[in-house]
Amino acid sequence: MRGDRRVSQHEPADQVATEALIFDGDLESVRAGLMDLFAIPLLAGLSDNSRGAVEIVLAEVMNNIAEHAYASFPGKIEVWITAHDGFLFVRVADTGLPMPGGEPPGGKPNEAAEVQNLPEGGFGWFLIRSLTQGLTYRREGGHNRLSFCMGVEYRV
Amino acid sequence: MELQSEHHGEILVIRAMGDRIDAAGAIQFKERMREIIQEPSARVVLDMSMVGFLDSSGLGAVMAVMKALGPVRRLELFGLTLAVEKVFRLTRMDSVLIIHKSLPEGLRNAG
Repeated sequence: MRGDRRVSQHEPADQVATEALIFDGDLESVRAGLMDLFAIPLLAGLSDNSRGAVEIVLAEVMNNIAEHAYASFPGKIEVWITAHDGFLFVRVADTGLPMPGGEPPGGKPNEAAEVQNLPEGGFGWFLIRSLTQGLTYRREGGHNRLSFCMGVEYRV
Repeated sequence: MELQSEHHGEILVIRAMGDRIDAAGAIQFKERMREIIQEPSARVVLDMSMVGFLDSSGLGAVMAVMKALGPVRRLELFGLTLAVEKVFRLTRMDSVLIIHKSLPEGLRNAG
Protein backbone atom coordinates (compact mmCIF):
# COMPACT_ATOMS: atom_id res chain seq x y z
CA MET A 1 0.00 0.00 0.00
CA ARG A 2 1.23 3.43 -0.85
CA GLY A 3 1.87 6.01 1.84
CA ASP A 4 -1.19 8.08 2.57
CA ARG A 5 -0.90 11.77 3.11
CA ARG A 6 -2.89 12.50 6.19
CA VAL A 7 -2.00 16.12 6.65
CA SER A 8 -0.84 18.41 3.94
CA GLN A 9 0.06 21.89 4.93
CA HIS A 10 2.09 23.67 2.36
CA GLU A 11 3.09 27.21 3.15
CA PRO A 12 5.44 29.79 1.67
CA ALA A 13 9.12 28.97 1.93
CA ASP A 14 9.81 31.21 4.90
CA GLN A 15 7.06 29.56 6.93
CA VAL A 16 7.21 26.28 8.75
CA ALA A 17 5.47 23.52 6.80
CA THR A 18 4.89 19.98 7.98
CA GLU A 19 3.88 16.81 6.17
CA ALA A 20 2.68 13.72 8.02
CA LEU A 21 2.96 10.40 6.24
CA ILE A 22 2.04 6.88 7.23
CA PHE A 23 3.36 3.65 5.72
CA ASP A 24 2.77 -0.03 6.27
CA GLY A 25 5.91 -1.37 7.95
CA ASP A 26 7.08 -3.87 5.34
CA LEU A 27 9.78 -3.58 2.69
CA GLU A 28 7.47 -3.48 -0.33
CA SER A 29 5.35 -0.72 1.20
CA VAL A 30 8.45 1.25 2.15
CA ARG A 31 9.67 1.01 -1.44
CA ALA A 32 6.31 2.15 -2.81
CA GLY A 33 6.15 4.99 -0.30
CA LEU A 34 9.63 6.22 -1.19
CA MET A 35 8.75 6.23 -4.88
CA ASP A 36 5.84 8.57 -4.13
CA LEU A 37 7.66 10.66 -1.58
CA PHE A 38 9.14 13.32 -3.82
CA ALA A 39 5.78 14.23 -5.27
CA ILE A 40 4.73 15.87 -1.99
CA PRO A 41 5.07 19.67 -2.14
CA LEU A 42 7.50 19.85 0.76
CA LEU A 43 10.07 17.71 -1.03
CA ALA A 44 9.27 18.29 -4.69
CA GLY A 45 11.68 21.20 -5.04
CA LEU A 46 14.77 19.57 -3.52
CA SER A 47 18.00 19.58 -5.53
CA ASP A 48 19.02 16.21 -6.96
CA ASN A 49 21.79 15.96 -4.39
CA SER A 50 19.51 16.65 -1.41
CA ARG A 51 16.83 14.39 -2.79
CA GLY A 52 19.33 11.54 -2.99
CA ALA A 53 20.41 12.12 0.61
CA VAL A 54 16.85 12.34 1.94
CA GLU A 55 15.77 9.23 0.06
CA ILE A 56 18.67 7.12 1.31
CA VAL A 57 18.20 8.24 4.93
CA LEU A 58 14.44 7.62 4.95
CA ALA A 59 14.96 4.30 3.18
CA GLU A 60 17.50 3.13 5.75
CA VAL A 61 15.40 4.27 8.71
CA MET A 62 12.19 2.70 7.45
CA ASN A 63 13.82 -0.51 6.18
CA ASN A 64 15.36 -0.96 9.62
CA ILE A 65 11.93 -0.64 11.19
CA ALA A 66 10.41 -3.09 8.67
CA GLU A 67 13.21 -5.64 9.10
CA HIS A 68 13.86 -5.36 12.85
CA ALA A 69 11.14 -3.55 14.81
CA TYR A 70 8.42 -5.36 12.84
CA ALA A 71 10.40 -8.59 12.40
CA SER A 72 7.79 -10.69 14.18
CA PHE A 73 4.56 -8.70 13.89
CA PRO A 74 3.23 -6.07 11.48
CA GLY A 75 2.66 -2.37 12.13
CA LYS A 76 2.73 1.14 10.76
CA ILE A 77 5.52 3.65 10.32
CA GLU A 78 4.64 7.30 10.86
CA VAL A 79 6.87 10.04 9.47
CA TRP A 80 6.60 13.77 10.09
CA ILE A 81 8.74 16.07 8.01
CA THR A 82 9.01 19.76 8.83
CA ALA A 83 10.83 22.12 6.49
CA HIS A 84 12.26 25.35 7.82
CA ASP A 85 15.09 27.60 6.77
CA GLY A 86 17.06 25.11 4.71
CA PHE A 87 16.57 22.19 7.06
CA LEU A 88 14.27 19.22 7.18
CA PHE A 89 13.36 18.12 10.70
CA VAL A 90 12.24 14.51 10.58
CA ARG A 91 10.46 12.46 13.22
CA VAL A 92 9.74 8.77 12.75
CA ALA A 93 7.59 6.61 15.03
CA ASP A 94 6.72 2.92 15.09
CA THR A 95 5.17 0.51 17.59
CA GLY A 96 7.58 -2.36 16.97
CA LEU A 97 10.29 -3.92 19.10
CA PRO A 98 12.66 -1.47 20.80
CA MET A 99 16.21 -0.93 19.58
CA PRO A 100 18.55 -3.46 21.20
CA GLY A 101 20.48 -1.73 23.98
CA GLY A 102 18.10 1.22 23.87
CA GLU A 103 20.00 3.16 21.24
CA PRO A 104 20.65 3.09 17.49
CA PRO A 105 23.73 1.14 16.39
CA GLY A 106 26.91 3.15 15.90
CA GLY A 107 27.23 1.97 12.36
CA LYS A 108 30.83 1.94 11.31
CA PRO A 109 31.42 -0.66 8.61
CA ASN A 110 34.37 -2.88 9.42
CA GLU A 111 37.55 -1.87 7.71
CA ALA A 112 39.07 -4.78 5.84
CA ALA A 113 42.22 -5.11 3.82
CA GLU A 114 41.23 -8.37 2.15
CA VAL A 115 38.42 -8.47 -0.38
CA GLN A 116 36.98 -11.63 1.16
CA ASN A 117 36.70 -9.89 4.53
CA LEU A 118 34.90 -6.83 3.26
CA PRO A 119 31.60 -6.10 4.95
CA GLU A 120 28.29 -6.94 3.29
CA GLY A 121 26.25 -5.16 5.94
CA GLY A 122 26.41 -2.52 8.62
CA PHE A 123 26.27 0.29 6.09
CA GLY A 124 22.77 1.44 6.98
CA TRP A 125 23.36 3.26 10.25
CA PHE A 126 26.67 4.52 8.94
CA LEU A 127 24.82 6.21 6.06
CA ILE A 128 22.14 7.58 8.40
CA ARG A 129 24.72 9.02 10.77
CA SER A 130 26.81 10.42 7.92
CA LEU A 131 23.90 12.30 6.37
CA THR A 132 21.99 13.55 9.43
CA GLN A 133 22.53 15.78 12.45
CA GLY A 134 21.08 15.60 15.94
CA LEU A 135 20.01 11.97 15.78
CA THR A 136 18.03 11.04 18.87
CA TYR A 137 16.12 7.91 19.82
CA ARG A 138 13.76 7.24 22.65
CA ARG A 139 11.36 4.50 23.64
CA GLU A 140 8.15 5.98 24.91
CA GLY A 141 4.87 4.25 25.74
CA GLY A 142 5.40 1.35 23.35
CA HIS A 143 6.66 3.62 20.57
CA ASN A 144 10.10 3.94 19.06
CA ARG A 145 10.69 7.62 18.32
CA LEU A 146 13.62 8.64 16.15
CA SER A 147 14.33 12.21 15.17
CA PHE A 148 17.05 13.96 13.20
CA CYS A 149 17.57 16.88 10.88
CA MET A 150 19.19 17.34 7.51
CA GLY A 151 20.43 20.46 5.77
CA VAL A 152 18.94 20.59 2.28
CA GLU A 153 19.14 22.64 -0.89
CA TYR A 154 16.41 23.43 -3.37
CA ARG A 155 16.51 23.64 -7.12
CA VAL A 156 16.89 27.21 -8.28
CA MET B 1 14.95 -6.77 -11.14
CA GLU B 2 15.77 -7.99 -14.59
CA LEU B 3 19.43 -8.42 -15.46
CA GLN B 4 20.61 -8.74 -19.05
CA SER B 5 24.01 -10.18 -19.80
CA GLU B 6 26.15 -10.47 -22.90
CA HIS B 7 29.74 -11.20 -23.74
CA HIS B 8 31.98 -8.65 -25.39
CA GLY B 9 35.19 -10.55 -26.00
CA GLU B 10 36.73 -11.27 -22.61
CA ILE B 11 34.20 -9.07 -20.80
CA LEU B 12 30.88 -10.25 -19.38
CA VAL B 13 28.62 -7.20 -19.35
CA ILE B 14 25.60 -7.32 -17.05
CA ARG B 15 23.01 -4.57 -17.33
CA ALA B 16 20.74 -3.88 -14.36
CA MET B 17 17.37 -3.15 -15.96
CA GLY B 18 15.56 -1.90 -12.84
CA ASP B 19 15.41 1.51 -11.22
CA ARG B 20 16.24 0.34 -7.68
CA ILE B 21 18.52 -2.11 -5.90
CA ASP B 22 16.96 -1.87 -2.45
CA ALA B 23 16.06 -3.90 0.61
CA ALA B 24 12.97 -5.31 -1.08
CA GLY B 25 14.97 -6.63 -4.03
CA ALA B 26 18.55 -7.11 -2.84
CA ILE B 27 18.38 -10.87 -2.27
CA GLN B 28 16.89 -11.51 -5.69
CA PHE B 29 19.52 -9.27 -7.30
CA LYS B 30 22.33 -11.10 -5.49
CA GLU B 31 21.06 -14.57 -6.43
CA ARG B 32 20.53 -13.66 -10.08
CA MET B 33 23.99 -12.07 -10.27
CA ARG B 34 25.56 -15.17 -8.75
CA GLU B 35 23.94 -17.29 -11.47
CA ILE B 36 25.13 -15.03 -14.27
CA ILE B 37 28.73 -14.81 -13.09
CA GLN B 38 29.01 -18.59 -13.32
CA GLU B 39 29.66 -17.93 -17.00
CA PRO B 40 33.40 -17.81 -17.51
CA SER B 41 34.91 -14.45 -18.45
CA ALA B 42 38.10 -12.56 -17.71
CA ARG B 43 36.24 -9.47 -16.52
CA VAL B 44 32.75 -8.67 -15.20
CA VAL B 45 31.27 -5.21 -15.79
CA LEU B 46 27.97 -4.23 -14.18
CA ASP B 47 26.20 -1.43 -16.04
CA MET B 48 24.19 0.52 -13.43
CA SER B 49 23.16 3.44 -15.60
CA MET B 50 19.44 2.63 -15.17
CA VAL B 51 19.68 2.31 -11.38
CA GLY B 52 18.59 5.53 -9.72
CA PHE B 53 18.59 4.27 -6.14
CA LEU B 54 20.76 1.91 -4.11
CA ASP B 55 20.40 1.47 -0.34
CA SER B 56 22.62 -0.33 2.19
CA SER B 57 21.02 -3.68 1.39
CA GLY B 58 21.71 -3.11 -2.30
CA LEU B 59 25.26 -2.12 -1.47
CA GLY B 60 25.66 -5.28 0.63
CA ALA B 61 24.40 -7.33 -2.32
CA VAL B 62 26.94 -5.72 -4.67
CA MET B 63 29.71 -6.48 -2.15
CA ALA B 64 28.53 -10.09 -1.89
CA VAL B 65 28.68 -10.44 -5.67
CA MET B 66 32.18 -9.03 -5.66
CA LYS B 67 33.24 -11.65 -3.12
CA ALA B 68 31.52 -14.38 -5.11
CA LEU B 69 33.74 -13.49 -8.08
CA GLY B 70 36.71 -14.76 -6.09
CA PRO B 71 40.23 -13.44 -5.95
CA VAL B 72 40.96 -13.15 -9.68
CA ARG B 73 37.97 -11.40 -11.20
CA ARG B 74 37.11 -8.04 -9.71
CA LEU B 75 33.70 -6.45 -10.10
CA GLU B 76 33.77 -3.39 -12.33
CA LEU B 77 30.93 -0.88 -12.22
CA PHE B 78 29.88 1.52 -14.90
CA GLY B 79 27.24 4.23 -15.28
CA LEU B 80 26.71 5.17 -11.63
CA THR B 81 23.96 7.75 -11.19
CA LEU B 82 24.41 10.62 -8.71
CA ALA B 83 22.57 8.97 -5.81
CA VAL B 84 24.24 5.59 -6.31
CA GLU B 85 27.71 7.10 -6.57
CA LYS B 86 27.08 8.94 -3.30
CA VAL B 87 26.41 5.71 -1.41
CA PHE B 88 29.62 4.10 -2.71
CA ARG B 89 31.60 7.23 -1.88
CA LEU B 90 30.24 7.73 1.67
CA THR B 91 30.90 4.12 2.61
CA ARG B 92 34.31 4.25 0.88
CA MET B 93 33.44 1.16 -1.10
CA ASP B 94 34.41 3.18 -4.19
CA SER B 95 38.01 2.43 -3.23
CA VAL B 96 37.40 -1.32 -3.25
CA LEU B 97 35.48 -1.69 -6.50
CA ILE B 98 36.61 -0.59 -9.92
CA ILE B 99 34.30 2.26 -10.91
CA HIS B 100 34.48 3.50 -14.49
CA LYS B 101 33.50 7.09 -15.19
CA SER B 102 33.04 6.35 -18.87
CA LEU B 103 32.57 3.26 -20.99
CA PRO B 104 35.28 0.82 -19.88
CA GLU B 105 38.27 0.00 -22.07
CA GLY B 106 37.37 -2.97 -24.22
CA LEU B 107 33.73 -1.93 -24.65
CA ARG B 108 34.19 1.32 -26.53
CA ASN B 109 33.83 -0.27 -29.94
CA ALA B 110 31.32 -2.83 -28.83
CA GLY B 111 28.28 -0.68 -29.67
